[in-house]
Amino acid sequence: MSEIIRIENMSFEYERDEDREPVKAIRDLSLCVEKGSFTAIIGKNGSGKSTLAKNLNGLLLPTGGKVFVKGWDTADDEHIWDVRQTAGMVFQNPDNQLVSSIVEDDVAFGPENLGVDPVEIRQRVDKALSSVNMGEYKNKSPHLLSGGQKQRIAIAGVVAMKPECIIFDEPTAMLDPRGRQEIMDIIEELHDEGIMVILITHFMDEAVRADRIVIVNEGRIFLDGTPGEVFREYDLIKSISLDVPMAVELAQRLRKRGIKIPEDVITSEGLVEYVCQYR
Amino acid sequence: MIRDITLGQYYAADSPVHRLDSRVKIAGVLLYIADLFIVDDFIGFGLCAAALCLYVVLSQVPVKFIMRGLKPILLILIMTFCLNIFMVDGRILWQWGFLKVTDEGIYTAVFMAVRLILLIIASSLLTLTTKPIELTDGIEKLMSPLAKIGVPAHDIAMTMSIALRFIPMLLEETDKIMKAQQARGADFESGNILRRAKSLIPILVPLFVSSFRIAQDLAMAMEARCYRGGKGRTRMKEMRLKGVDFLAFFLMLAFLAVVISERVVF
Ligand SMILES: Nc1ncnc2c1ncn2[C@@H]1O[C@H](COP(=O)(O)OP(=O)(O)O)[C@@H](O)[C@H]1O
Ligand SMILES: [Mg+2]
Repeated sequence: MSEIIRIENMSFEYERDEDREPVKAIRDLSLCVEKGSFTAIIGKNGSGKSTLAKNLNGLLLPTGGKVFVKGWDTADDEHIWDVRQTAGMVFQNPDNQLVSSIVEDDVAFGPENLGVDPVEIRQRVDKALSSVNMGEYKNKSPHLLSGGQKQRIAIAGVVAMKPECIIFDEPTAMLDPRGRQEIMDIIEELHDEGIMVILITHFMDEAVRADRIVIVNEGRIFLDGTPGEVFREYDLIKSISLDVPMAVELAQRLRKRGIKIPEDVITSEGLVEYVCQYR
Repeated sequence: MIRDITLGQYYAADSPVHRLDSRVKIAGVLLYIADLFIVDDFIGFGLCAAALCLYVVLSQVPVKFIMRGLKPILLILIMTFCLNIFMVDGRILWQWGFLKVTDEGIYTAVFMAVRLILLIIASSLLTLTTKPIELTDGIEKLMSPLAKIGVPAHDIAMTMSIALRFIPMLLEETDKIMKAQQARGADFESGNILRRAKSLIPILVPLFVSSFRIAQDLAMAMEARCYRGGKGRTRMKEMRLKGVDFLAFFLMLAFLAVVISERVVF
């Protein structure tokens, strides 16, 4: 498999007023993400996740090192629009990322910017809206929709640009449980259709649905591996005061009581299944 | 209630006027305003009123809605009426102290009032029959020739359409902040004007802060979706002038000719 995103020794500093030191948000981070994969990035507040995300499509440019998207350097002005078309982005706040007062016009915004032919835009918009189950809302105004519905419109707006990769920056943080579930289902569907997904989240039960988990701490990669590999490091994760999924926590406590639960049991379903067969 | 405010003006219907291209409707209002200022007697106003009545009937907007649009300017209307009736010199009909009513005054007052009423009805019909977003699209298209002399037509239209998107949100935000302040004992309803104005400060400050946040987030989201101004941008809903649009525009021009000849003849 080929890689879409390649980060080489990247660092990022936010400039502040004259006499205060810049904030080092990312420190010497290297990472490759493969086509079609599903990666979750977790980390505490302020660990640099959003900064990392914004560096992946040239919204911010690294102050050290390089970021490549499909081989294009994000700092290269000539290909910045190719980079942003390839790597779409969905933000946390569903209210602050919709542009138009009509749902279908909002979904059309991206393709319009790319200069796509009007007839094709119409097809893409209808397809994208039905892929997030919002077809019947196309003439509505976003401010009449729920948070989850708005977030689905934001996803449709990115899907209509035909990206190879979508970066979700805590897309469910401001939603109710039902909205969260809907968004997670859509993310998994998009991944099944072959879109590479990077999901930044602080919900561990969302992270275990990925193929790979990267834990970021203080601007560096702290752990990187499959969910099984990462959550095996129970003590390490706890040492940076991060949570683990409920099932991992429970399994760990059961182990302390002498019940030998294999380490690849990390989901609630897996744990239920194991415990039911335990004798 | 506060959520419906953007739709407030628009009256949804499927009339020939609603279907008209927004550019034609904007041009129509401008021409009609010109008509109203060319006219200098009541025969002309009769013609203008008749034309407007026809337009209202075609638009299928209930008269009730149109009258509602007049309410906010009622005060201005009464004030100009009084000013004209008492201030204009002429043959005195009635006098009380320094107040005098002249025949010229009555004539001017009625004349100006009719002009103002027709003008308001015509322009409110534009917003009643055209969706805000179609209006901004129309303005962008109409102004696009000016882009060559440096008028940022696209940017102006984009700003307006973003405002349309965020005005309801900011209103909701205001509502939320006010309720939060009221829950902590803030009082917006009593006291004199100065006190009430002062009590608005704790609302305006958080509102400003949150609108800057929104602006920042939105700018980033737009950039992420490859927004780079109007250049090279296509539109999903292309505006195409149809036969009826040309016909309507022709009728509007013809009416202008009628109004001009009426003024010359009478
Ligand atoms: N615009 C900014 N200006 C200055 N510092 C910032 C800015 N945005 C984020 N930071 C700082 O950078 C660090 C990483 O922030 P961020 O990437 O938002 O973390 P996360 O998304 O993981 O919560 C934090 O210490 C934060 O305070
Ligand atoms: Mg963040």
